[in-house]
Amino acid sequence: MKDIKTPIYLDYASTTPIDKRVADKMFEYMTTDGMYGNPASRSHSFGWDADDAVSKSRKHIADLINADPREIVWTSGATESDNLAIKGAAHFYKKKGKHIITLKTEHKAVLDACRQLEREGFEVTYMEPMSSGLLDLDKLESEIREDTVLISIMHVNNEIGVIQDIEKIGELCRSKNIIFHVDAAQSAGKIEIDLQKTKVDLMSFSAHKIYGPKGIGALYVRRKPRVRLEAQIHGGGHERGLRSGTLPTHQIVGMGEAFRIAKEEMNQDFENISKLRNRLWNGVKDMEEVYLNGDFENRYPGIMNISFNYVEGESLIMATKDIAVSSGSACTSASLEPSFVLRAIGRSDELAHSSLRMSIGRFTTEEEIDATINTVKIAVEKLRALSPLWEMYKDGIDISKIEWAAH
Amino acid sequence: MAYGKKVLDHYENPRNVGTLDKDDKSVGTGMVGAPACGDVMKLQIKVNEDGIIEDAKFKTYGCGSAIASSSLLTEWVRGKSVAQAQEIKNSEIAEELALPPVKIHCSVLAEDAIKAAVSDYYEKNDKKEETA
Repeated sequence: MKDIKTPIYLDYASTTPIDKRVADKMFEYMTTDGMYGNPASRSHSFGWDADDAVSKSRKHIADLINADPREIVWTSGATESDNLAIKGAAHFYKKKGKHIITLKTEHKAVLDACRQLEREGFEVTYMEPMSSGLLDLDKLESEIREDTVLISIMHVNNEIGVIQDIEKIGELCRSKNIIFHVDAAQSAGKIEIDLQKTKVDLMSFSAHKIYGPKGIGALYVRRKPRVRLEAQIHGGGHERGLRSGTLPTHQIVGMGEAFRIAKEEMNQDFENISKLRNRLWNGVKDMEEVYLNGDFENRYPGIMNISFNYVEGESLIMATKDIAVSSGSACTSASLEPSFVLRAIGRSDELAHSSLRMSIGRFTTEEEIDATINTVKIAVEKLRALSPLWEMYKDGIDISKIEWAAH
Repeated sequence: MAYGKKVLDHYENPRNVGTLDKDDKSVGTGMVGAPACGDVMKLQIKVNEDGIIEDAKFKTYGCGSAIASSSLLTEWVRGKSVAQAQEIKNSEIAEELALPPVKIHCSVLAEDAIKAAVSDYYEKNDKKEETA
């Protein structure tokens, strides 16, 4: 095996490194050697240059998703975009109705924004996905009520990578005159999004999931038919009053450049990542008691979520310290609850505790994947030798039939 | 989770991993925890005629500190009398391993495991005496 740098980064769904081309561009907007002006300054060239850079970046975002630059609102990231979209739309349209529908496997930014609205008197339906992780469209239709004003469904799931059919959901929402919000933090720049074709009203984006900087994101707000929002942050009236606050030029330029590159290289990235994903899955799938979480077909290949039964996730992460991955295990979180996403798709607690999320990106290599397969195999073997559950499984004892004392 | 040196040492080189014959009357077996909670500990002790634990083995499904807690426990109980082993407190384990607060339950589980193993041993031998 070739010498490779460890730890190997397989946590691209968590965040990505900034592409060097992006970082170089950002640096042009920071120091006295660059264009550091406030884009809101109308009285001098420092401001004009910065404003020009912001406009170009806005166009890069719009181009990637086939939208109008005037439909893009800068935010601090996808969490803020989700909050602005959900609370903003709910507040604006509250006279029309107070019912919202979302999915149990949404990102916490969506779920917690909905929880807040519940405290304010809204009603929220949290739908169970099918065991594939996908939303059942017939069930969605049956949950729609007279007073449903907003439906929020993510595009690519951050834990299991499944892709929801936002085209069909969009058609349904439009036919019922319901606002449709999509969290696209994990999908933008990775799979095609065409907002001329797809009837999405609000869409959240993040820069750092696609080789841009952290701390910057955007919300798409449709103009035709027009979608209105109530602002959540008030101040200088920036972004047409929807999101006040001085625009961080260098961050915006970084996001714009990241989205421009993503549009150009999406096919190449996708092909590359698919190949590496197949290599990884083929390398581990023949081990005993290995389960892929989420639908295999409708899936963004960069996110793999695999359960290694009878091995606990945190100890697996410790045993694979040469690879940087995340786990659905309770022990990696402060809450001591196993992944709510894996539970929602019907995985048992044991399998949820035994899961690893491995996410592949632009800079992942074949050598890294091979080393990962090797490391995972050795670690699983070591931990199964330690596992009383594995021993029982090997002895033919059905552990689901045992009465465990919960603690 | 950032662990201390002792947890990592026990995790990397767990002591006394294995299985003793659970049907042997000198062996007490304790299995505590639940897969749904993310940790299951199996602890076994082998007691000689003088009531001294001459061997101890464990297998644990769980996080690093659960593995370390049970590994440490097998070291501690070896050479102790059954009565002494029962005196081991979870706080001692937590202190020795410098467990963070969120992992204290792992040491509690270890204390439960030795208690369960001892009571299994007592139960087996009382029964044996009755039938003899």
